[in-house]
Amino acid sequence: MKLVDHFQYGLNSPICLTWELTYACNLSCAHCLSSSGRRDPRELSTAEAKGVIDELQRMQVFYINIGGGEPTVRPDFWELLDYSIDHNVGVKFSTNGLKIDKKRAAQLAATDYVDIQISIDGATPEVNDYVRGPGSYDMAIRALENLAEAGFAQPKISVVMTRQNVDQLDEFKAIADKYGAQLRITRLRPSGRGADVWDELHPLPGQQKQMYDWLVDRGDQVLTGDSFFHLSAFGEALPGLNLCGAGRVVCLIDPVGDVYACPFAIHENFLAGNVRDEGGFQKVWESSELFTELRKPQTGGACSSCMHYDSCQGGCMAAKFFTGLPLDGPDPECVRGFGEQALAARGEGHVIPKSEVDHSRTKLGKKSPVLLQLSMGRPDRACETSPLAGLGASETDSGLRLPVAGS
Amino acid sequence: MSTKSAESAGAAGVGDSSVFDPGAPYRCSPQVSLRPEPFGALVYHFGTRKLSFLKTLPLVEVVKGLEHHPDVHSAIAAAGVEEAQRPAYLKALAGLAASGTIEARQ
Ligand code: SF4
Ligand code: SF4
Repeated sequence: MKLVDHFQYGLNSPICLTWELTYACNLSCAHCLSSSGRRDPRELSTAEAKGVIDELQRMQVFYINIGGGEPTVRPDFWELLDYSIDHNVGVKFSTNGLKIDKKRAAQLAATDYVDIQISIDGATPEVNDYVRGPGSYDMAIRALENLAEAGFAQPKISVVMTRQNVDQLDEFKAIADKYGAQLRITRLRPSGRGADVWDELHPLPGQQKQMYDWLVDRGDQVLTGDSFFHLSAFGEALPGLNLCGAGRVVCLIDPVGDVYACPFAIHENFLAGNVRDEGGFQKVWESSELFTELRKPQTGGACSSCMHYDSCQGGCMAAKFFTGLPLDGPDPECVRGFGEQALAARGEGHVIPKSEVDHSRTKLGKKSPVLLQLSMGRPDRACETSPLAGLGASETDSGLRLPVAGS
Repeated sequence: MSTKSAESAGAAGVGDSSVFDPGAPYRCSPQVSLRPEPFGALVYHFGTRKLSFLKTLPLVEVVKGLEHHPDVHSAIAAAGVEEAQRPAYLKALAGLAASGTIEARQ
């Protein structure tokens, strides 16, 4: 049995746990996966967060990915970071660079078991700020400069691949090399506000091939997580986690303690429980109904007859769900084009599932990205907020269709 | 579990196995945590921050038992590994030594 075959049935504890500490954010990126902006008043307190860390230590979760929102805007962020490290739970945190000044960079350089990931989504201010907002490129680069100056070893630069930045792959690599950083590229999923801009931002079919070719050449030098296993259908399997690990090896704890199957799946259909419930996170991980369901052997549905199914496995559950496609069928970016066909076949008036969880700031400011300003209130999207959306879902049917992953 | 999975059990790839001496005493590195999993164990090295896997339960036994035995061979025997599988286990353990998961003890 290959290791991924074991992964399908779930592990005793997650290996890719993301914890979003706050929905508050200084930016309002057009494609934010968690629709962040405003702080949620029900956010876990410092004491509650420490309780979760204690639990993760007991469960031998050796490291966690902390994100948000912008996690560093939590006043207790640095306290929680130290607490986690002191309890043998290493931390990689994602930031837009806001608080990484010279002093902080020096402090971080002196701390073991901390990884920092700076987000940029364009190798130039024009491309980056279009989606992340004015000034965000400079802020990220300043953080990288401060870290390099302080001697912080190998921070990560994390890039969401879009139609606008695929051509900049080499430039991203050059930026990473310049600051002694490691490049990480990830897939744009139609999650959170990403759903509103996916049609305009997601790489075109030719660009998918371009990314694949680039990864075949350079894949060993960049991190990708589980982003691109659907591209392995172009030929060979790429390095990285080649399966959908949602609820099996992957999960998300959100700022209010809700546990979802995956950071890209903030929707009630993928909500497994809350760390505040009796039994805490461990009980949710070990025995929630949803995660138990996700760990059952699955069939490939429409994909099972595909010769690429072994490596592609039908792609990403979240990408399918938030484009309104069935979960046991092709990914919207299926390299054989079946996803495009399925998208086209959705028909007039199809309903795309929308998350109830949205902390977007309602008023846009000068700092909002151009794209978001253009996208808000597009008339052709008005129907998606129709009061009828969501009707037709029955009480007993969670609406969850299992992802296709091996059998 | 097949011999084949034990062969690749180190997950650390092929390292410099010439320094691995199964006639010598070894131990699981104090920097390493083993987390029990249905298939074997997950290995986390706090120094290198690398995750790897012990893909069979007997291999977990061997690794945990190392420090109680005068040499690697007797740790393998004590874990009930069949003689025919010994070469595969030695190869896996050499990989674990190369990755720093296990280390020679004085
Ligand atoms: S739903 Fe998509 S993003 Fe989430 S774990 Fe599965 S493949 Fe990864
Ligand atoms: S048909 Fe399914 S398995 Fe085949 S390439 Fe497309 S998404 Fe992947």
